[in-house]
Amino acid sequence: MTQHHSITLHLNGTAHAVSVEPRHTLVDVIREGCGATGTHTGCEHGVCGSCTVLLDGEPIRACLMFAIQADGRQIRTVEGLAHGTILHRLQQAFIDHHALQCGYCTPGFLMLAAGLLEADPNISDDALQDGLSANLCRCTGYVNILRAVRAVAAELRA
Amino acid sequence: MKSSSFEYHAPKTLDDAVALLARHAEEEARVLAGGQTMVPAMAMRLARPGHLIDINAIPGLDQISLTDHAMRIGACVRHAALGATAAPGPFGRLLGLLQHHIAHLPIRTRGTFCGSLANADAASEWCLLMVALDGRIEARSTAGTRMIDAEDFLLGYMTTALAPEEMIVAAHLPTLPPGTRVGFHEFARRAGDFAQSMAIATYAVAQGRITAPRIAIGGVVSRARRCPEAEALLHGATPDPALFQEAARQAATHAPLVEEDPYLRSLTETSVLRALTGAA
Repeated sequence: MTQHHSITLHLNGTAHAVSVEPRHTLVDVIREGCGATGTHTGCEHGVCGSCTVLLDGEPIRACLMFAIQADGRQIRTVEGLAHGTILHRLQQAFIDHHALQCGYCTPGFLMLAAGLLEADPNISDDALQDGLSANLCRCTGYVNILRAVRAVAAELRA
Repeated sequence: MKSSSFEYHAPKTLDDAVALLARHAEEEARVLAGGQTMVPAMAMRLARPGHLIDINAIPGLDQISLTDHAMRIGACVRHAALGATAAPGPFGRLLGLLQHHIAHLPIRTRGTFCGSLANADAASEWCLLMVALDGRIEARSTAGTRMIDAEDFLLGYMTTALAPEEMIVAAHLPTLPPGTRVGFHEFARRAGDFAQSMAIATYAVAQGRITAPRIAIGGVVSRARRCPEAEALLHGATPDPALFQEAARQAATHAPLVEEDPYLRSLTETSVLRALTGAA
């Protein structure tokens, strides 16, 4: 009964042709349709931010958008951060500053931070804190997350 | 946490969009712009629209147009586009004060101004702004276009004057004359969370006396409301702390709160006082 639609998601530079029901959220199709399970589903109603991805460069909640709406759009997920075995500087900073414990929120925080720093490499500390307040970490590692992102921001400014 | 099934439409013109709305109005057709409230409501199955009409592919709806005295905000303009730099002067300052309190950045990049109006949450900052500044809603259906005053548009909790076959095309806001002082205060338990209480205060001063005072409150009432008693007290008076305190008390005393609660009344008074005191 439910109609399927053929769409193309451009995930980290690779085109994925997938068949979706309109009700399928972007995060579900990234994970199940494209097989990229780095992006996590948390609350599935827009509160926690663990599904944060970059849509045409902007951080969004992938649980609050239907995949069909992202047809033809450029999506970046945590899988797109590292170059081979060379970690993205944010990933390295998260390790260096112990910015993760269980790691469930980490892909969302990394993409949020990447979006913030790419949009404004000279971002103020206030704006950085405000931006990072979008996502939840239930190991309460906020201080170290902020420390890690601040360190990368300082590198970018240098 | 998965939405029920629906049929998806992505019309390319407004005519097609309103035709689809008219055709499927009986099957709970809904307009999808930012979806930042509707999609979670669908995930929790609080909303089960049979048809979603995605208006994002319609050219021009993401446009803001600004003249000397008014701003027109298209149906797909995101919260993020309505910061302090969206307009010069006090109007832009007020936009910036409010926008900062709307959820978080990833929500602001998707959610829309007009979507907030259609959703009509009692804690919506944009609904408060529309009431404070006497904004108007441009609504369209197959029968044509009509303009609705914000006061007449907001009926109560998540209830508007919009007919099932109508959609918001744009919101119209008068801007504020240079020299207008603008203030805003919001209390929420967590940054980015729904406002428990909020207030906008704007006024000008001519020959030492207050002119054109506007006070509006939200969160504590079922829909954003003006505070005529406080405005009357301020009009023509000399701005000073005692006057602001009395105006805030008047606003709180006459507010039709969602429930009779001394805490909410006190919060209302504090919000109005801080909006007035902070107005610059």
